[in-house]
Amino acid sequence: MDTFGTMLVKTGLAEMLKGGVIMDVTTPEQAKIAEDAGAVSVMALERVPADIRAQGGVARMTDPAIIEQIMESVSIPVMAKVRIGHFVEAQILESMGIDYIDESEVLTPADEKYHINKWKFNVPFVCGATNLGEALRRIGEGAAMIRTKGEAGTGNVIEAVRHMRTINDEITRLASLPEEELMTESKNLGAPYELVKMIARDRKLPVVNFSAGGIATPADAAMMMQLGADGVFVGSGIFKSENPARRAHAIVQAVTHYNNPEILAKVSKSLGDAMPGLEISDIGKENLLQLRGN
Amino acid sequence: MKIGVLALQGAFREHIQMIRACGTDAVEVRLPVHCDDIDGLVIPGGESTTISKLIVEYDMLDAIGACASSGKPIFGTCAGAILLADRMDGKKQAFLNLIDIDVTRNAYGRQIQSRESDVTLAFSPATPFHAVFIRAPIITAVGPAVTKLSSYNNTVILARQDNILVSTFHPELTGDTRIHQYFLTMAGEGSC
Repeated sequence: MDTFGTMLVKTGLAEMLKGGVIMDVTTPEQAKIAEDAGAVSVMALERVPADIRAQGGVARMTDPAIIEQIMESVSIPVMAKVRIGHFVEAQILESMGIDYIDESEVLTPADEKYHINKWKFNVPFVCGATNLGEALRRIGEGAAMIRTKGEAGTGNVIEAVRHMRTINDEITRLASLPEEELMTESKNLGAPYELVKMIARDRKLPVVNFSAGGIATPADAAMMMQLGADGVFVGSGIFKSENPARRAHAIVQAVTHYNNPEILAKVSKSLGDAMPGLEISDIGKENLLQLRGN
Repeated sequence: MKIGVLALQGAFREHIQMIRACGTDAVEVRLPVHCDDIDGLVIPGGESTTISKLIVEYDMLDAIGACASSGKPIFGTCAGAILLADRMDGKKQAFLNLIDIDVTRNAYGRQIQSRESDVTLAFSPATPFHAVFIRAPIITAVGPAVTKLSSYNNTVILARQDNILVSTFHPELTGDTRIHQYFLTMAGEGSC
């Protein structure tokens, strides 16, 4: 008997993406550049986060025609974003055969209280998280992959670092607690008790965790890997830089050889200008994407 | 005995865990120098386009070829099987060409067609093996020197030619170590 859309095949695809770079692309040409550079997957978008941030307005699911063109242009898996809570956008993407859905804070949320019930879908979902409780709530809703949120479209890695360190610290702490404290901890984290117990036992998330939001250089990517990321998403960092093909190629090498400073030095040379960055304190709390849908 | 697992990209950690669960040492292989003292190599699942570029970029092609020609066993799962195959879609690949099979990538369709199914292993038929196929390739043809070790929907999914073993599914994602144990037996059979 064949079974489809199981948690194992959903988390399994994320396992296969590990040690890889997932790149935001807005055209089939960019998707080809990403694939040629060695991306493990592309995220099909209408606008990269830096442009969404600059242009403002409501950011929605990308035009299915654009997504379809990108799906036809590459052989690697294609992901696309839906608004938080927008289950119909997700139904549309599933019907098109998208390989992974990112329920993303980068788009304008559609529901201020609830995320999508991801168990109802055969297509896997990745969701953002800034801390362990948030990650476990998303997994409880059926997410098969987590990415730390960082602060998308800034080219500033500080938030990505903060979120990865926060989750790691919280996992270490949970693992040190006696069993009788786990229920209260579950309440404090706002996370399902069964998942809290699982983390305390296994000392790791039950799904793959990538880093996202602000990665702009090979060194950024390698640092996130050394901090424990399973792989990285690079959004604006590639196609908002001076030489996207070279930078994409360099970041792929950096994620594979993240522990080898000689190789990191070599691939970091002469990449042209990185994307212009944003200081987080200049953004203003009301414009922080990471606070959406926690 | 020590098995190397190609750790350029993909599910290499799971293979290392499986090999260690069988009681054998396993190490990550990223550069040719890492191949020097291994007794066998696993090429894991991942994105075959990504892994193939990284293999070429870091001169791993010759190192893997040398491993194979010295008789050390090599086990490729999913993307690994694609990289070891002689042909893709009927055309000879300009790559490792270590097993006489023809493969088609993503042959079941997109992720939504990824599946689990129970299959039978020729060397351990009494208990079904739970096979996990993720955007899996299909082996469309096998040469006369290839032994078919398992099949699904009338296609070969586990095959061996001398010291090369390939599966289109992911035995590293389930707790069942039978295929890894079989591979380790191949390593024990070799002259290393």
